[in-house]
Amino acid sequence: MIEVKNLHKKFGKLTVLDGLDLSINEGGIFAVLGPNGSGKTTLIKCILGMVIPQDGEIIYDSESILGKSDYRNKINYMPQIANFPANLTVLELIEMVKNLRPKPANEDDLIALFGLESHLEKKLGNLSGGTKQKVNIVLAFMFDSNLIILDEPTTGLDPIALIHLKKLIQKAKSQGKTILVTTHIMSLVDEIADEIVFLLDGKIYFKGSVSKLKEETGEKHLEHAIANLLKKQYV
Amino acid sequence: MNKSWAIFLFVCLSLPALAKRVEVCATCPSQSIASALKKVEHGDELVIKSGVYKEHDLLVPFGIRVIGEGDPVIDGEMVGTIMTFGADSFSVEGITFKNVGQSYTKDFAAIRVTKSKNFTITNNILENVFFGILVEKSKFGNITNNTISGTRKNESNSGNGVQVWHSSQMEISGNEVFGMRDGLYFEFVDNAEIHDNRSHHNIRYGLHFMFSNDDAYYRNVFSNNGAGVAVMFSKKIIMHHNRFELNWGDASYGLLLKEIYDAEIHDNVFEQNTIGINTEGSTRINYHKNVFLRNGWAVKVAGGCYDNIFTENDFSHNAFDLSFDGHLNGSYFKNNYWSEYTGYDLDKNGIGDVPYRPVKLFSYVVNQTPETIVLLRSLFVDIINFSEKVSPVFTPDDLLDNEPLMKRPTIDVGIPKTI
Amino acid sequence: MFKILKYSFFDLMRSSWSYVYFAFYLVLGFVLLFLNNDVSKAVITLMNIIIVLTPLIGTIFGVMYFYNSKEFTELLLAQPIKRTTIFMGQYFGVSVSLALSLILGLGIPFLAYGLFQSSAIFEFGLLLVVGTFLNFIFVALAFNIALSHENKIKGFGYAILMWLFLAVIYDGAFLISLVIFDDYPLDKFSLIATMFNPIDLSRILILLKLDISALLGYTGAVFKQFFGTSLGFVLSLGVLGLWVILPVWRINMKLRKKDF
Repeated sequence: MIEVKNLHKKFGKLTVLDGLDLSINEGGIFAVLGPNGSGKTTLIKCILGMVIPQDGEIIYDSESILGKSDYRNKINYMPQIANFPANLTVLELIEMVKNLRPKPANEDDLIALFGLESHLEKKLGNLSGGTKQKVNIVLAFMFDSNLIILDEPTTGLDPIALIHLKKLIQKAKSQGKTILVTTHIMSLVDEIADEIVFLLDGKIYFKGSVSKLKEETGEKHLEHAIANLLKKQYV
Repeated sequence: MNKSWAIFLFVCLSLPALAKRVEVCATCPSQSIASALKKVEHGDELVIKSGVYKEHDLLVPFGIRVIGEGDPVIDGEMVGTIMTFGADSFSVEGITFKNVGQSYTKDFAAIRVTKSKNFTITNNILENVFFGILVEKSKFGNITNNTISGTRKNESNSGNGVQVWHSSQMEISGNEVFGMRDGLYFEFVDNAEIHDNRSHHNIRYGLHFMFSNDDAYYRNVFSNNGAGVAVMFSKKIIMHHNRFELNWGDASYGLLLKEIYDAEIHDNVFEQNTIGINTEGSTRINYHKNVFLRNGWAVKVAGGCYDNIFTENDFSHNAFDLSFDGHLNGSYFKNNYWSEYTGYDLDKNGIGDVPYRPVKLFSYVVNQTPETIVLLRSLFVDIINFSEKVSPVFTPDDLLDNEPLMKRPTIDVGIPKTI
Repeated sequence: MFKILKYSFFDLMRSSWSYVYFAFYLVLGFVLLFLNNDVSKAVITLMNIIIVLTPLIGTIFGVMYFYNSKEFTELLLAQPIKRTTIFMGQYFGVSVSLALSLILGLGIPFLAYGLFQSSAIFEFGLLLVVGTFLNFIFVALAFNIALSHENKIKGFGYAILMWLFLAVIYDGAFLISLVIFDDYPLDKFSLIATMFNPIDLSRILILLKLDISALLGYTGAVFKQFFGTSLGFVLSLGVLGLWVILPVWRINMKLRKKDF
């Protein structure tokens, strides 16, 4: 479904992606892991066209996407930090995003699910971080797209909202969609991820299922397995 | 003495018992003015009835009254001078003169007066003329309420509205002159009174004095001329209650003073001229209670000026109040109002406690390098002017008004605003 | 693009700054007219204000809006919209709302005063056209600077410096070079130097339409010969247009390579 070939990205002198190759098949939950600064967000932003790579190619649905914009209609994205225009109300924001995307949306169920009805008329600048994150989730899940990209989706969420989020992810998976998640919460990865993509120094360091990772590293816990991966690197 | 003698003479010569009346019209015995002129003699009345008379080079060597009845028109057909008077005690009134010929060598005029005394030219209309009224070597003339206009476009092929040469004791009032070279021109003319005239849209000057002394002009309006008034090489000219307006143009001005002595300039309005007063080589001039409003430069003083004294004038909203070249030489500014003055008056006596410097740095720079004027009204210029005001470096130290007025003085010019 | 323009526009219309700006011009217009009682004189004073203030406000609003709407921009970037569409929408949103503040803020008092009976209507119209041009030019320049600098403070500093340069320093250098090269014919140089600074160009365009242009003397005559003809007038408006188009073009070029 997504084919990333030989992706290079430098910010100034800092090399973030260094000839990265990645192939992701349709269906399933993919956890993109890696230490801070390993290029997770850069990779995602490259796929979204927000960061422009120096070299390489990204193919989505058998089409090259670099320099294009229409393909984003087939991707739902939830950014890492829920920053919204402070002057807009929640409802206006949702209406605006709907207006900008030429496809149907089912925001009402999601609003009810996260109990946002009472916040709809409030300005985004006045919302708490957690509530903003909920709005962020609504925006990411209200369209029916085959690829959903979630960048640190759990930040600031209360336990109930977290349960709802996990359900939403599972539901999307059951509909045959592809979900790309970056996170530092290993329990979440353990719980939902079908496959792990481990980034290090701008390259794919490991790609495979959770069990495969545990097997290779000989660790029972995912956290330890990841730590083990890193340790090997530094030996 | 001279005057009373003249009046006595006039009364004697125009005794009604001696005078006869000759009429000119299409059905009269005299159908042309030329033929009628053969029948008149000194003291007679020549009445021109309505109609168009295509005549020119009419010579009138006797003191007669020429009267137009029913708006007669004398059409000179662009050939030469229409009427020439060379006698004392004549008058012309109520006639339209038009189409005076043009020449580069001869001064053709609608009415020409030579070596005459005690004459009156009044209520005539002079249209499309080369020169309008030309007076030479004459005395005690009265030129009133005439309308004089021309249609020429260049200085070289146009003449003056009223031109007086080598004459004295003239009174010129209530005339309207436009479309000429100089509206009113005086050369070697003493003791003239010029008042209540309107001279506008003339190619060169509204009023022009050369080598003339002891003259006065007042309550005139000079607007939209190449330049308003030029007074050159003259002494003891009094100028008051005039309006100088809208004399815009490169290096144009409301009033030009050049090589003149002992003039009084008071209660005039200079409004919207490139330069309000441009003075050069002038000595002992008093400028008192004049209004300078919205001119480019209110006053430009070039070199060689002595004892020019400015008191109680109103300098409001001029791009530059003053440009001053050379030394002060006894000139000074006192008790003037400056709209850009920002000082204070703690003792409330109506006079600012801080001196005002009327020369801006930018004005000084423009004087040195005229091209810099393209930066007029730019923010940078405002900034350097301000810094110079705070701590003067370039502008002359002694050029200031030590006692500037806090409020605009009330100055009544007595002529309604025309713009 | 119009969707984005609309959102940017209404976003700005909600912020109190637009109202402050609008109210400023409104008050200025009324004060000038009802204190002076003279439309043509008000036009001169307005010119002094417009050629300094519109660029400054355009610069500040442009930079501020760019940095403040970072979140909005990021949200939009994830949507199926072209980058150039997003930024052109925002650019025109800012420029149009500022231009409206200017035109309405000054237009209302002048209309209330009876502009149509005044002979100054042409000068006033020109003033608004030039002010609008300056608006579009300086918002575009500000966007350029903001695009090139991630750091807000740096970007803001450079933008103000840019304004300072065009509004003040440029004229200073211009003046000094005129004084130094006094012995050479300078009218062509002046003409070209004017063309290269939109603020100077606007100032001269308006000055030449006022009576006071007579002050410009010989250089003024050269300028008049150039700007006075309809060709020169169209050409100078064209140059102002170019001052809009070039920075806008550079925004679009810059966007191709920009990472968010």
